[in-house]
Amino acid sequence: MPMIETGEILQTMRMIQEENFDIRTITLGINLLDCADHDPLVCAERVYDKICRTAQHLVSTGEALELELGIPIVNKRISVTPVSLICQGDPRPIAQALDRAAKETGVNFIGGYSALMQKGATLADERLLASIPEVLSTTERLCSSVNVASTRAGINMNAVREMGEIIKETAQRTADQDGLGCAKLVVFANAVEDNPFMAGAFCGIGEPESVINVGVSGPGVVKKALESCKGAPFDTVAETIKRTAFKITRVGQLVAREASQRLGIPFGIVDLSLAPTPARGDSVAHILSEMGLEMAGAPGTTAALALLNDAVKKGGVMASNHVGGLSGAFIPVSEDIGMIEAATAGALHLEKLEAMTCVCSVGLDMIAIPGDTSAATISGIIADEAAIGMVNNKTTAVRVIPAVGKKAGDTVEFGGLLGFAPVIPVNSFKCDEFIARGGRIPAPLHSLRN
Amino acid sequence: MTKALISVTGLDTTGIIARVATKLADMNINILDITQTILDGYFTMMMVVDLDGAHMGFADIDKELQTVRDELKMSIHMQRMDIFDAMHRI
Repeated sequence: MPMIETGEILQTMRMIQEENFDIRTITLGINLLDCADHDPLVCAERVYDKICRTAQHLVSTGEALELELGIPIVNKRISVTPVSLICQGDPRPIAQALDRAAKETGVNFIGGYSALMQKGATLADERLLASIPEVLSTTERLCSSVNVASTRAGINMNAVREMGEIIKETAQRTADQDGLGCAKLVVFANAVEDNPFMAGAFCGIGEPESVINVGVSGPGVVKKALESCKGAPFDTVAETIKRTAFKITRVGQLVAREASQRLGIPFGIVDLSLAPTPARGDSVAHILSEMGLEMAGAPGTTAALALLNDAVKKGGVMASNHVGGLSGAFIPVSEDIGMIEAATAGALHLEKLEAMTCVCSVGLDMIAIPGDTSAATISGIIADEAAIGMVNNKTTAVRVIPAVGKKAGDTVEFGGLLGFAPVIPVNSFKCDEFIARGGRIPAPLHSLRN
Repeated sequence: MTKALISVTGLDTTGIIARVATKLADMNINILDITQTILDGYFTMMMVVDLDGAHMGFADIDKELQTVRDELKMSIHMQRMDIFDAMHRI
């Protein structure tokens, strides 16, 4: 192999030191199906033991790789089998066991307090849903997700209605922390089984006994690369993003392979998502601005995001032997300084965000809405987002935070990677009767596509 | 072969290379390549080394290098070459 040139070494160092390039997460997926028991306490004990045993070297391995490769690996996390599949009684002891296991193994989040109910609910799903507000207000590191729709099954509107109420109640129970519980709760359409990112990570039933999935980041690197092609046509923009995404993903692949080897756990996928943080220079919205928009939300935003999302995938897919998860650009509001600025300035509205979710990964993410928004309205937002996912055969999600006692223009503060956000207004016309209907919206036809 | 890059940057002074090279020799680490320049009094050196013969593991080598860093008041980083190979070579 030809010797690496000085310029190439400096470029890598600059990406890491100045442009916030990092590995966002190594997520260890663990199958918990063998922990099922009719006694929730026995099940909880097995869950705790299995996670602690399987993940005992996860954090130390991540830290060793960080040191040796000289790149930050920001999060080490665990995803588990959706808890509703292993729980035959009260799921709350299992929630506490998961939280304790997260603390014992040193991971900052554990995902999988989840139910898959796109077509209907089992008794276990119902029990899990009912427990979510209490669980998210009494645990620290546990994340919850619920799949309410899929392209094949349609939208379970009963689940959509329930989730509106659950989000409201979770916000109430964690009101003293600005509704932090809702930041750990995501409602999906077409949820994926190998997503390494929180709050929506869980270990799907098609996954192996345990698996290593890696999420890369690097919006700052992409923005910096685009600074070198100011005014150039979009062909050049797309090409530049592809080249950058390739380089970023190669490092993700290296970390995934090394982590997999050292832990003796098979490598699953690299998730190509561009994940922002609230730090300056780590923003997806600023990439859109670099393309020539005054702010994210300006006309042209959806087109810019579509180009970005596609180019990231095209560049990344060549760099890894297995790509999966959500793989696309994330557009969380509170976790992206450019999005925060755009929402504060009034450039970015909920409706524009919804349009953006049609062309990028995931959906309405980390958006603070007024505390007096009704449960039915939140369900309406979920239904719209689920419809986009269902019809377009893609993953969509809703993670909104009703800011208790606050109104549009106020600010909520979560701290750390979760950031802060202005409360943005929600359309005040009602959808109560629509949501009250319940039932299922049938799966869409996938021929005659016009 | 486990290759690593050691980058040394900071204000130029006498004996930087000697100090770093001596420390590496003490640990039985072979130097494969050195590039060094001075820009506006700012010393920049990149060394490619072979860690296979070293008496200790990566973390301990890194700690030893930190003592040199403190002594010379320069920035010294070591990282495996794999990250550069992954990013820039197919």
